[in-house]
Amino acid sequence: MPRAKTRKEEPVEAGSDTVMEEAPTSHQPESRDDMSVDQDENDEAGEAEEDEIEEEEEVQRVRLLPGSTPTAASFEFLNEGHTLGNALRYIIMKNPDVEFCAYAIPHPSEAKMNVRIQTFEGTTAIEALEKGLRDVQDLCDVVSDKFIDAREKFVAGASS
Amino acid sequence: MPHKPPTKEELERRKIVGIRDETITDVSCSDFPGHYPGEDHSWDIDAFRRGFSVEFHQNDRFEASFSLIGCDASIANAFRRIMIADIPTLAIENVFINNNTSVIQDEVLAHRLGLIPFQGGHEGLHKFLKWWRKPTDEAQMNNSYYDFNTVSLKLEVQCEHNDKAAAGETDPTKLYHHAHVYARDIEFCPVGRQDRYFSGADAIAPVNPDILIAKLRPGQEISLSMHMHKGVGSDHAKFSPVATASYRLMPVIDITRPILGDDAEKFARCFPRGVIELEKVTKKEAGQKGSGYEGHAGELKAVVADPMRDTVSRECLRHDEFKDKVKLGRRRDHFIYLVESTGQWESDAIFIEAVAHLKKRALDLEKQVKNMVR
Repeated sequence: MPRAKTRKEEPVEAGSDTVMEEAPTSHQPESRDDMSVDQDENDEAGEAEEDEIEEEEEVQRVRLLPGSTPTAASFEFLNEGHTLGNALRYIIMKNPDVEFCAYAIPHPSEAKMNVRIQTFEGTTAIEALEKGLRDVQDLCDVVSDKFIDAREKFVAGASS
Repeated sequence: MPHKPPTKEELERRKIVGIRDETITDVSCSDFPGHYPGEDHSWDIDAFRRGFSVEFHQNDRFEASFSLIGCDASIANAFRRIMIADIPTLAIENVFINNNTSVIQDEVLAHRLGLIPFQGGHEGLHKFLKWWRKPTDEAQMNNSYYDFNTVSLKLEVQCEHNDKAAAGETDPTKLYHHAHVYARDIEFCPVGRQDRYFSGADAIAPVNPDILIAKLRPGQEISLSMHMHKGVGSDHAKFSPVATASYRLMPVIDITRPILGDDAEKFARCFPRGVIELEKVTKKEAGQKGSGYEGHAGELKAVVADPMRDTVSRECLRHDEFKDKVKLGRRRDHFIYLVESTGQWESDAIFIEAVAHLKKRALDLEKQVKNMVR
């Protein structure tokens, strides 16, 4: 049981936990001095130009919210809602290395969706998010295959 | 303490949402890692493939019904939401009115036109036609319409007296020409390469030619042209490819103790027709000790024939004679979909497109997350 094992290591993790601000991330000011955000935004500006040459302006829609540690992070998705939010939450919760996962839409008139992921030691929240997105794609393949098979069978049964 | 794997009955029990006379139990699913000690519920694509199945009930152009069995509500709901709001269709977006002397105001007429569902060649609609994007520079507006992002239509109707109408005729449709303007009066004007994709049976045309758009009287006229663009249901309901796309959970009726004789007939009447059937108790059943059928050979008993037709009305829970004899529920992982297409897509194709759409969304976001980390 991975859960019981990692629980013992929690005191170590708890130290890093206190660094995070207590308020919900949607209430936190976007502080410029926060390392992770600053870096992220610089990247964005540099790459937007690159992307424009390759493809039609692909805007960065995923952002790491301030106050994140490697194993506990909140992500902000632009132009996403309950459709992907809930499906992604379910799949990420199915990951045994994930201690906690939830999604929220902080305000209905803002097209933003937040996902919170906390993992046990040994993996990171970003890895868990990437695995979740890959798993959703695998799931879609299975659903699509089975659906087309069932339809073929149904059509064959109806015509015979 | 070694952990015993759950029995088949236990696994089945976990899937049932209980429906009592006043309450509902076990609403949330519990198949997450760590929920049951010693059991592994982590995501496994092979386990999912083994447990997942699709069953078709009906597959027509305007209506398809099928079951997804063995998936979570969050996934099923994502497909439903995508079918309603994210699958693109072609609809009238701009109406340019040259003359409208009918009693219908311009803006009301334009709105009515927008809601008419259209059909056309599938290759042209889904592959050839692309999104129309509003140019950032307003002056470039007229340079933004191309054969691959705009479909042009026109409607030219004038109402006149019918000289050949019989004397004393009171029916306006016989008394006048074009007293009623129908969707079939809309004319498609192919431009550029559109001829290649939308000709003959594949032409852009209203799905229902008999939709009444307006009523005219002699001397009145409607003269307008229209531009169609691709759009999605989240922008405007007229772009939604479905009239409705919904799912419900599979009902479960569990008769725990025999319901016999007149009670059985009353029990069957508590449900929609076909859900409960009456069967005779066999000699073998009556001979079995503890079955509850002892000495009732030849009597009628209630059996569950087709729970899918049930509406889960809970009527049977209101009668004392069925107390502790029946348990109602729903299967949490069995979704019975009903997809009603408006005609631009085949009903089953909408679902396939929804699955592909969710995959594409996840793939795009995976790239975005990688980009974020870089």
